[in-house]
Amino acid sequence: MTKALTVLPTQNLEPFKGVKKIALEEYFTSGHRTCQGCESALVMKLMAKAAGPRTVILGATGCMYVANTTYYSTSWVVPWMHTQLGAAGSAAVGTAAGLKALMRKNRIKQEPINVIAFCGDGGGADMGLSSISAALTYPEYNFLILMYDNESYANTDIQLSSMTPYGANTTFSPPGKARRILHKRWKKNVAGMLAAGHPECRYVATVDASYALEMMNRVRKALTIGGPTFIHSLDPCPKGWDYDPIQSHDLGELAVETGVWPLFEVEDGVLKFYGKSKSIAQGRKRKPVREYLLRQGRFAHFTDEDIEYFQKKIDQMWERWLIPGAVCIAMSDDIKKALAKSEVELATAN
Amino acid sequence: MTVATKPAAAADKEMLISGCAAIAQALRLADIDVVTAYPIRPYDTVMQAVAKLIANGELDAEYIVASSEHDQFEIVKHASAVGARVFCGSSGVGWMYAMEAIAVTPALRLPMVALVGNRALDDPGAFGCEHNDALCVRDLGWMLTWVDTAQEALDTALIAYRVAEDPRIFLPCAIGADGAFLTHSETIVKVPSKEKVDQFLPKYDRGDKLLHPDNPITIAPQVNEDWVMEIRKQNDEAMRRARGVIQEAFRDFHKIFGRQGGNPFVESYMADDAEVILFGQGTLSMPVKVGVRKLREQGHKVGFVRLRWLRPFPTPEVQEALGRAKAVGVVDRDYSFGSPNYGAVLYNEVRSALYDLPKRPHVISFICGLGGREVTLDSVVEMSEILLKVAKTGKVEQPNYWIGVRG
Ligand SMILES: Cc1ncc(C[n+]2csc(CCOP(=O)(O)OP(=O)(O)O)c2C)c(N)n1
Ligand code: SF4
Ligand SMILES: [Mg+2]
Repeated sequence: MTKALTVLPTQNLEPFKGVKKIALEEYFTSGHRTCQGCESALVMKLMAKAAGPRTVILGATGCMYVANTTYYSTSWVVPWMHTQLGAAGSAAVGTAAGLKALMRKNRIKQEPINVIAFCGDGGGADMGLSSISAALTYPEYNFLILMYDNESYANTDIQLSSMTPYGANTTFSPPGKARRILHKRWKKNVAGMLAAGHPECRYVATVDASYALEMMNRVRKALTIGGPTFIHSLDPCPKGWDYDPIQSHDLGELAVETGVWPLFEVEDGVLKFYGKSKSIAQGRKRKPVREYLLRQGRFAHFTDEDIEYFQKKIDQMWERWLIPGAVCIAMSDDIKKALAKSEVELATAN
Repeated sequence: MTVATKPAAAADKEMLISGCAAIAQALRLADIDVVTAYPIRPYDTVMQAVAKLIANGELDAEYIVASSEHDQFEIVKHASAVGARVFCGSSGVGWMYAMEAIAVTPALRLPMVALVGNRALDDPGAFGCEHNDALCVRDLGWMLTWVDTAQEALDTALIAYRVAEDPRIFLPCAIGADGAFLTHSETIVKVPSKEKVDQFLPKYDRGDKLLHPDNPITIAPQVNEDWVMEIRKQNDEAMRRARGVIQEAFRDFHKIFGRQGGNPFVESYMADDAEVILFGQGTLSMPVKVGVRKLREQGHKVGFVRLRWLRPFPTPEVQEALGRAKAVGVVDRDYSFGSPNYGAVLYNEVRSALYDLPKRPHVISFICGLGGREVTLDSVVEMSEILLKVAKTGKVEQPNYWIGVRG
C-alpha cells in the first residue's frame, strides 16, 4: 500500500529569539528601484532573510517585480523567477512539483528547498484568487504563498483593487464635485477566507512588517510546518496611500492599534490572535480609526460622516463577526444555544 | 546533438489504440516528470490515458489536476524551469483560456510539449475539429506540428521532446491533432521499447539556466526597451536553428526506430508530376488521398502535399513540392476573417512562401471542414475540378471558395 500522503521533509527553521538573533545575511539586497519608504520592499527583504539561502522565490507581476528586478541589477541573491499576475499559486505548485519529481527520481539532490511565491493584492486577491485557492488544496507539496497587500494596483499607477479600503482616493476612484466617494466596496478578508475554506492548509497568518521579528518568525513557521501555506501582509505604500515616506512604520502600527488590521495565525485549524491584536481581542481599547485615516492623503476628502461609517464597520468586525478579521459571519442565537448545551453535556459526560 | 546507434533492442509492441493513447505511450517512454490536466474534449482523453498509466505504476510523474487551463499551463511552465520534463495540452476555448501562460512560455525559453486536440472555438458550441485554436500561437515562438496518424502522433511526441529540450532550441512544441478524427480513432500503433527511446532521447538538462539554489539566477527581470529587442532576436534565432535540429532528430529517429525516413516537413503524395495540387495538414490527407487516386484513374494529374510543420515553416520544401504545379489549392480547416483575398491562414502562408519563385503556381483558397464537418470525396473532387480549370485556362476567377457549405 502506498502511504496516504507523501510530503517531503521541510527545513527546520526555528524562530529567531529576539532581534539580536536574526541572521545577518541578506538575500534581497541593493539594486531595486522601489519608492522611498516602500513597506513591501521591506517585506521582501524580511521574507528572504527569514527563509535563508536554500530557497526558490517566484514573484508575480506588480511593484515587487517591476521595481525589484531590473535586468543586470537584480536584488535577489536567491534564485528568483517572474510569474504572471494571477499565477502565484500555480507558480508555487509547479516549482514544488518539479522539485519533488526530480528528487524522487534522483535527478537532483534530495534536500528540503523552500518554495515561496509572492503576489500583490491585485494579483492575489483579485486575479489569482482561484489559483491560490487551488494551490492550497494540494497537500503533498511544500510551499508558502505570500500576498503583500499595499491596497491597490500600485505598479500601474494606484488603481483600486478589492483590497482597497472603502472610500479611498485612487486613480480609478478620484473624489469629484458630483461624487465624493466612488469606491464603495468593503475589503475582503482573504486570510480568513483561505483559512476557513482550505482544510489541507496547515498554516495561514496575517502579518505586518512594522513588527518585523513577529513577521519573520511567521514566515519561518509557514515554511517549517510544510504543505501549502499562506501569509497575508499589510504594507503601507507612501505613493498609493499618499503620506511622507518616514511614516510607513507608524502607519503599519496604527493599522493594528486601530483594529483595522487584526494580526492572527491559524495553525492546524486553531486561530490565535497575536501581538497587539491579542490584547484588543481580550478587551483592550482600540485607537480611533480617525488617527489612522487622517494621516493618509487618500482619505483627505473624508467627511466626519465617512469616518464614522468606517469606524462603525471596524466596530462591527470586532463585535459581530464570528472571528474578527477572519470570519465575517455570526451564528444564529438558537444554534449558539444548542452548541453551548451540547458542550455542557459533553463536559458532564466526560 | 548526435546519438550513437546500437543494434535495435527489444522489438516494437503492436497496440490497437487512439491517437491520444498513442501520445500517452510516448509520454510513458519519455518518462515525463510533471503533467497537468483539465477537462475539455477532445484532447483530454490523453490525460485519462496518462492517469491510468500512473495509477498502474507504468509511469512515475506528478499528475496535477488543475483548476483552469491558465493554472494548467502555468504549473508546467514553472516545473520546466526547475528541470522537469513536462506535458500539457488543451482544446478550443481551453487553449484560449490559457493563452497568457502559453504566450510567455517560449519567451522564457522553456521547453514543453503540448497536445492541441483541435476543436472549434465556442460560440456557438461545437466539439468538432477546426485549427484556429492552435493557430493562435503561430507567431509566438511555439514550434507547431500537425500529425496525421496515431503512429505519427507517438513518433512526433518523442521527436518533439528531443527538439524542444535541445539546448540550442529550448522552445515549446505543440502537436496539433484533429479532434475526433485523430484523437479518438483507433489504429494499430507500433510502440517501441524503452531502451530504444533512451538511445534517442537524452535527459532534459537546463544547464546554467536551471532555477535551483545551487544556481541562483534571476529569470525574466524587467528589461523594457533596453533589451527586449535583443531577446526577441534570440528567439528568432532559436526558431531558425530548429529547422536543422528537427532534421537531425528525424535522421536519428529513422536510424533507431526504422520509421520516419521521409521528408520531415512535407509529405508529397502523387505530387511530383502533378499539374494541380491540394495542400493541407492533419487528417485531411485521408479523404484527399482517396480523391487523388480516383482522379488519377480518370487521367487527371492531381496530387496532394501535406504540411507537417507549420513552425518553423519549411519554405524551401514547400517551394520544392509546389513550385512545378500550375495550380495549388490550399485547404484550410480554419478561417482568418478579413485577411488578404478572404483566404485563411495556411493559404496566406503558402502564397507568401511561393512569392519568390521565378515561376509561381496560381494559389486558390478553400475553406473546408470547419467545426468537424467531414471533408467528403465529393468536396475533394469539387476542389480539384476548380484547380484543373484554373490550370487549363490560366485564369483565377475567384481566389477563395467555401466548400461544403449549405444554402
Ligand atoms: C494579465 C495582466 N493584466 C494586467 C497587467 C498589468 N499590471 C501590471 S502590474 C499590475 C498591478 C498589480 O497590482 P498588485 O498585484 O496589487 O501589485 P502592486 O503593483 O500593487 O505591487 C497590473 C494590473 C498584467 N501585467 N497582466
Ligand atoms: S508604489 Fe507603493 S508598493 Fe510600489 S514601490 Fe512605491 S511604495 Fe512600494
Ligand atoms: Mg497592490
